[in-house]
Amino acid sequence: MDVMEPIQSNQPQFPGDVYEAPGGGFMTSTLQDVINWARSNSLWPLTFGTSCCAIELMSTASAKYDYSRFGFEVVRATPRQADLIIVSGTIVNKMAPVLKRLYDQMPDPKYVIAMGACAISGGPFFYNTYSVVKGVDHVIPVDVYIPGCPPRPEALMHSLITLQEKIMSGMTRDQIRRQHNPDL
Amino acid sequence: MTYEALKITITELAPSALFEEGGEWLNIFISPDAFPAFVQQLRSTEGLDFDSLFCLTCVDWKTHFTMVYHLSSTIHFHNMVVKVKLDRNKPEIETVSAIWRTAEFHEREVYDLFGVEFLHHPDLRRLLLTDDWVGYPLRKDYEDPINMIKL
Amino acid sequence: MVEELGTTAEGDLVINIGPQHPATHGVLNLVVTLNGETVKKVEPHLGYIHRSIEKMCESLSYRQFIYTTSRMDYLSSHINNHACALCVEKGLQIEVPERAQVIRVLMDELTRIASHLLWWGAQAMDLGAFTPYFYAFRERETITTIMEETCGARLTMNYMVPGGVMADIHPSFQQKVKEFLLLIQSKIDEYDELVTGNIIFQNRMKGVGFLSAADAISYGCTGPTARGSGVSSDIRKIYPYEVYSKLQFDEILETAGDSFARYLVRMKEIKQSIRIIEQLIDNIPAGDFQSKTKAVLKLPKGEFYQRVETARGELGVYIVSEGGTTPYRIKFRSPGFSNLSALDHMAKGGKLGDLIATMGTLDLVIPDIDR
Repeated sequence: MDVMEPIQSNQPQFPGDVYEAPGGGFMTSTLQDVINWARSNSLWPLTFGTSCCAIELMSTASAKYDYSRFGFEVVRATPRQADLIIVSGTIVNKMAPVLKRLYDQMPDPKYVIAMGACAISGGPFFYNTYSVVKGVDHVIPVDVYIPGCPPRPEALMHSLITLQEKIMSGMTRDQIRRQHNPDL
Repeated sequence: MTYEALKITITELAPSALFEEGGEWLNIFISPDAFPAFVQQLRSTEGLDFDSLFCLTCVDWKTHFTMVYHLSSTIHFHNMVVKVKLDRNKPEIETVSAIWRTAEFHEREVYDLFGVEFLHHPDLRRLLLTDDWVGYPLRKDYEDPINMIKL
Repeated sequence: MVEELGTTAEGDLVINIGPQHPATHGVLNLVVTLNGETVKKVEPHLGYIHRSIEKMCESLSYRQFIYTTSRMDYLSSHINNHACALCVEKGLQIEVPERAQVIRVLMDELTRIASHLLWWGAQAMDLGAFTPYFYAFRERETITTIMEETCGARLTMNYMVPGGVMADIHPSFQQKVKEFLLLIQSKIDEYDELVTGNIIFQNRMKGVGFLSAADAISYGCTGPTARGSGVSSDIRKIYPYEVYSKLQFDEILETAGDSFARYLVRMKEIKQSIRIIEQLIDNIPAGDFQSKTKAVLKLPKGEFYQRVETARGELGVYIVSEGGTTPYRIKFRSPGFSNLSALDHMAKGGKLGDLIATMGTLDLVIPDIDR
């Protein structure tokens, strides 16, 4: 994957061994593999939905699409027990500090999915609005972006599976940060 | 009551009111001083009984503000619109929240977005924007080059 | 007036419910003053989803602004679009063909059933029952699949345009709706048995959150919130639009004024919507689905107000036009805004659990309130 090449070229003394796997990326040690596999298969989302995308999130949770097949069943209302925040809906100026506080309260490792056009870039509320934050990545770091207004439940499932693959290959922002700073 | 009958009754109540033609309902302009007594009479007069205020808003006409009150009656099923012209530099008007309780929230919203002061409102503060917001966004001369990206 | 969080001088506790909370149906912050478990004052703090739609619509054309209203009350998105299209048609004096009117009413009533189903599932979940939520969504999926075939989207269908509807209905629409009607009629009886007749549910909802008829009118409550207190407020009956004046359906009124009455109003409204769809589904007239309009719409100088009955109450669209291609000022009179202002009055003196039950029966959708 492209993101590893500049990191490797900037830091020739990379701690650990680097193996070229087909398709890019690198292989971690077996213990790290098992931990990543366990983490990706039991992510607990936080109940966070501000507007219309929340209804599609609720549809994905229900019987027809059912994301609990992939391990996301335990939806927690408190950020202290959640490790995934799916930002579904527009974030406005008044809500941004609340979102930041919720993100800070979540324990590491934590992941973020930006669902819908409003969370990616402000969406339909981009022009001539005085109160919309144009993209949730102005507030918190995002791992997966899902386009759509609102995205279909299948798109949300695809993004959840992408997040799982990202965790298993060690590519989320959280994991890359830890590699550079093992004391974290 | 029909349009004509309403017009006659209102003219008796407030001779200084001006009628605006061409609307779907009876449109009437009244001065801010005569406004409190007039709306009280609209509410309590037999035969008028305007007991439901279903829309309260403000329009910025660049030289002045116009407060617009949409009233209706759940007994006689007639509607009318009361408009009040306000001075743009010092927009002040008496509150109607003692007559219609729904006005508490609506007037807070107009205060928040336009800056109109409602005298004797029980709790006038910002509703939709953050407490430390500077300016009144729905005015026509509101400029915000950071947040508002022009198309 | 404004309570600080913490403990007041009298020993009451002031706490925050929300903005991130599973039971607030969106981002609503309630600052609640509690004495033990008794609620003394509830103060809603709004604005956590204020997306400045009214300011934004001043720079959008008359065809474009309709689609922002889908996102306002997203559970009755067809009805919101319908209101805006009717207001623009009122200004331009466009005549809508009969086929388009019938299709619009059919879509509206299907949306109303879908919205009430979701409300029912969420209401039961707030009180601790998880099963109705899944049943409600299962039924909703059938409706959204029907709409997706015709309109192209599941939730924010931008289907109503000034002059009619955007495209003709799918060939399988009539047959699928008839199958759905058979399904939902048996399901509603099942749901009544499961939830409405449940003694625990009834004890939690009866006598809770009382709102008198005079207060309902004064607070501007409309829709099922007002009809649960006996106030006749169905816009489809009082100020009919489209083909509603030719249809046979009842306006459901309950006089008890408590949460259980509001609950019953909505459950019976689902049955009335089924009745309306049954009258129309076999009689869709042939003809155009859209009347010819100019490409660029310019409303004449003046003011136009249109009211419709959404699943929550009366939505009003007020357009002030100066003769240009964009509106000068738009105001959306949202039903939830006024319904929420009555919450303090209804919840005073009750317990905290009763507050949650009452808030559920108001059927709040917060983006509708904040716009």
